[in-house]
Amino acid sequence: MKYFLRKFVTMAVTILCISFLVYLAFDIIPGDAALAALGTDVEPARLEALREQMGLNRPLIERYFDWLCDFCRGDFGTSYKYNLPVADMIASKLPVTVIMALISFVIMVAVSLPVGIYTAKHSGGRIDRIITIINQVMMSVPHFFMGIIITYVFGMVLKLFTPGGFVSYDVDFLGFISYIIFPCMAIALPKTAMSVKLLRGSCIEESRKDYVRTAYSKGNNTSRVLYGHVLKNAMIPVITLWGMTLADMLVGSIVIEQVFNIPGIGRILLTSISYRDYPVVEAVIVLIALVVVVANFCVDIIYGIMDPRINVGAE
Amino acid sequence: MKLLGKKYPHNFIIGAVITGIMLLLIIVGFFYTPYDITKMDSASKLAPPSLNHLMGCDNFGRDIFSRVLKGMGNTFVIALLTVLIGAVTGTVVGALTGYFGGWPDEILMRINDVLFAFPSILLALVFVSIFGTGKYNVVAALGIAFIPSFARIVRGEFIKYREMDYVKSARLEGVGTLRIIFVHILPNTFTVLMSSLMIGFNNAVLAEAGMSYLGIGVQPPDASLGSMLSESQTYLLSAPWYAIFPGLMIILLVLGFSLLADASA
Repeated sequence: MKYFLRKFVTMAVTILCISFLVYLAFDIIPGDAALAALGTDVEPARLEALREQMGLNRPLIERYFDWLCDFCRGDFGTSYKYNLPVADMIASKLPVTVIMALISFVIMVAVSLPVGIYTAKHSGGRIDRIITIINQVMMSVPHFFMGIIITYVFGMVLKLFTPGGFVSYDVDFLGFISYIIFPCMAIALPKTAMSVKLLRGSCIEESRKDYVRTAYSKGNNTSRVLYGHVLKNAMIPVITLWGMTLADMLVGSIVIEQVFNIPGIGRILLTSISYRDYPVVEAVIVLIALVVVVANFCVDIIYGIMDPRINVGAE
Repeated sequence: MKLLGKKYPHNFIIGAVITGIMLLLIIVGFFYTPYDITKMDSASKLAPPSLNHLMGCDNFGRDIFSRVLKGMGNTFVIALLTVLIGAVTGTVVGALTGYFGGWPDEILMRINDVLFAFPSILLALVFVSIFGTGKYNVVAALGIAFIPSFARIVRGEFIKYREMDYVKSARLEGVGTLRIIFVHILPNTFTVLMSSLMIGFNNAVLAEAGMSYLGIGVQPPDASLGSMLSESQTYLLSAPWYAIFPGLMIILLVLGFSLLADASA
């Protein structure tokens, strides 16, 4: 419990720090909401009046807390460019990106668990060697190039999907999934390779330990030792990697969305960067950072449950 | 396989060969490219690979091989600078905090945790949206994003070494603190540092390629592997080689270094 609390406090502090730094960073840039609303060729007096009215002349900390409170209530400010509430702009796109990240995560776990265990069990065999080579190459492929290869192979040669033919999830959910599965593969494959490699190495390392010999001497067969004893310990570093990749996948989908022409959070972020639409950029970045930090927190908790030694050490 | 009287693992040899060839191509690319990288030739638009144009031509009729050479050079320089900024700053921070400990250590490590939780591409995007696009902004942003991982590794090593007998005896003999840190302890961290340098370099190559792909890294008409990939997508069906060669080069560059990093770990 103490461990949980300590991690929770760390997470809260991290979120506060990140949001403050991001707010500060966008506060330093010349130009603010008043200037954006009135344009650059306005007389200084009117600009000053609007600034006063919008509360832009108050001290930084005060404005930050206002912004933070609004943010927690789901009010992310107003876009300079479209004059729409940022929350509305993001709300319809967020599910696309989140679903993509989740499907990629599921693909990664579903593929890497059996493959990793198989290669560890039959390490040194022919299939293991072939998979190791494929793995090594896969890990070097940038995910957007993987996306381009998938577009070419599955979209253009095999014609399993129409590149650029994205349908939104609220129009046709099945069509949405059958399109989105390909970008998800592009995100998942390099990460899968990484996690297979780690799981294999970690299983092999664990199986050299003394408790494994004890388990064998008690009459267990290979499978029972592997699934009952080795795997539980071997999973610990793999879970850490998975926690980190969940964040990577979310950020990775920003790039992949461009490859597959998907209007998600990444598209909003990039267009708002090029239009210098700061409230949108700010909100999206803080939101993504929030998800990343919460994912890390969850990993820490799962970690604590799986490995009681960490818990004891903290208390 | 035996080489120079010493036995090396296969991975190391393959990695060294790939990295060697890549470095050679990069060095050649700095001084000589078969064609001018900005010279357009409307007669050879999207020409397939041939003896005249080893990797074919792009949509403006520019020679892809020449652009790949220059692009690799750009990627290499950016990745190298990024890793250097991250490694040098990270090492100094990690060495000082690890050696002295106390409250500066505590504070710097908390800052480190915050930076660590922030994905590097996202940090780079913040940087670019504030300071504008361009390769030096990408270098600065990625460099800062790389500091925490190096600081963490070096700090761990220093905590391990600072209580060792040889350090204690050096202290008793009156050797200066800075000398102990940088002359007596730092060289011992090199093995650990080397493999994280190579892994860091790979991450930098991938991140740079991603940034250029999004159009916020190296700016046209300068060549970069990432931006070539993004341009090639329009012509994927009619000219797949336009995408394949730059992508292949990124893979080889990363693969070579990761094999070396694996073997030296």
